[in-house]
Amino acid sequence: MALKFPIFMDSHSTTAVDPRVLEAMLPYFTEKFGHPGSRNHPFGWEAEAAADKAREQVARLISARDPKEVVFTSGGTEAINLAIKGVAEMYREKGTHIVTTAIEQRAGLDVCKRLERQGYQVTYLPVGPDGLVDVEEVRKAITDKTILISVMFANNEIGTIQPIAEIGKLAKEKGIIFHTDATQAVGKIPVDVEAMGIDLLSTTAHMIYGPKGVGALYVRRKNPRVRIAPMIDGGGHERGMRSGTVPVPLVVGFGKAAEICGAVMAEEGARLRALRDKLQDKILSSLDEAYLNGHPEKRLPHNLNISFAYVEGESVLMGLNKEAALASGSACTSATLEPSYVIAALGVGAELAHSSIRFGLHRFTTEEEVEYVGDRTVQVVTRLREMSPLYELAKEGVDLKSIQWKAS
Amino acid sequence: MAYSDKVIDHYNNPRNVGSFPKEAPGVGTGLVGAPECGDVMKLQIKVNVDTGVIEDARFKTFGCGSAIASSSLATEWLKGKSVDEAAKIKNTDIVNELKLPPVKIHCSVLAEDAIKAALADYRGKWGKKEAAAGAAAS
Repeated sequence: MALKFPIFMDSHSTTAVDPRVLEAMLPYFTEKFGHPGSRNHPFGWEAEAAADKAREQVARLISARDPKEVVFTSGGTEAINLAIKGVAEMYREKGTHIVTTAIEQRAGLDVCKRLERQGYQVTYLPVGPDGLVDVEEVRKAITDKTILISVMFANNEIGTIQPIAEIGKLAKEKGIIFHTDATQAVGKIPVDVEAMGIDLLSTTAHMIYGPKGVGALYVRRKNPRVRIAPMIDGGGHERGMRSGTVPVPLVVGFGKAAEICGAVMAEEGARLRALRDKLQDKILSSLDEAYLNGHPEKRLPHNLNISFAYVEGESVLMGLNKEAALASGSACTSATLEPSYVIAALGVGAELAHSSIRFGLHRFTTEEEVEYVGDRTVQVVTRLREMSPLYELAKEGVDLKSIQWKAS
Repeated sequence: MAYSDKVIDHYNNPRNVGSFPKEAPGVGTGLVGAPECGDVMKLQIKVNVDTGVIEDARFKTFGCGSAIASSSLATEWLKGKSVDEAAKIKNTDIVNELKLPPVKIHCSVLAEDAIKAALADYRGKWGKKEAAAGAAAS
């Protein structure tokens, strides 16, 4: 099959809507346009039934006991905000301490920073060189004022999968609410809120081949019953936790996307893992000083993050940008103009954060695409190294750390 | 972010990539930036010590496309200029030529720093000979 350019390999940022998902959504824009809150006519009943079905589909994907535990939001960011702020406000009397990690997605970190300004205390746990949080560190961070543990399921840059079940067990043992940002994990790897002791879980549709603009917060109703203060006041939709008209077409798409992911997860995961491993082997066997970021095993099957020493990430992306869509941890590619705090947290040094490239495979990735992107990446990095003063110095045997750099 | 055509051209066809031996006659080397900041430029000039004219220039850059383009452009501009004329190249000239957006202005600043560092290195190493040659000629 002929390759179509540019090749999308940035599935940690978003995914294409699966055509089956779109098909399920379409009637709910036009003929089935009712408000699920309209209790007294067929338009409302139809919409409510559709939303309830979607709720069940999402609940099933995360093994929730009761579909009522799924609260629809506008996406992952809102779910994370609702979870952390909602617990902080609801349990303020009980305590004001939160345990989280240094590599949470931006929303999680920014919510915690805001809470700190409001008088809460937050412990940001470091991660090891492989990106893993040490459960013992979580245990040690807990105080009698701790009301929430918030640890992401799988990281959006390096794909590292945290020991969620162990943290869930610890949280239960200590009687502390446990939230996980599972936006990257749900639909890709098995997620089981019951078996893993998860009390709150944030997820989003557009990472699982569903539409943008809808997500969910799972809120446990039993053992323990978790209560959260709402962030949006209004008509009391979503059991009072999230007012606002439920966007039925989006929710239907989310449900369908969840159903498909549940059905194909094992097979799709195995296929993407094989392709990812192929891409990884091709790159690492062709280039010296290319380093895998994250844990070699405990990571999402579709994730690959590599730092190419001596070349800067944005320049690699520029060499590929008409051909392949990738992401980098380089400062030049971030809104904040800071290099990736996730890669930096691995302790590899800021220069390797600037040099990191993230590949995200997905449902529509083909073997030809993987071959092509692998070959081109090697070519681009090789060319850039030929123009890199750092590569030249390293090849001359100069220790780059011995140089007194004059930063401007 | 979309790049200007000139940045893309310099990125795809960088001018004067390479290195001179640091101690070769008339060679001045500037190495600026820092790896942890995400950009390092090495810029070299080869000056005719008798005339004070830059006869050749080379660069190697670790950095984004705009940093590569800024240093590539600098080497083009340096060739044929006297050492004194070269000192007058300003980062704003590079910004205008490459149409760099505000977030990339630091790339042009780094290129100006690299030019200055190369000129200073040249003057430190070979400036006296240039002065002597100038005196002999007059």
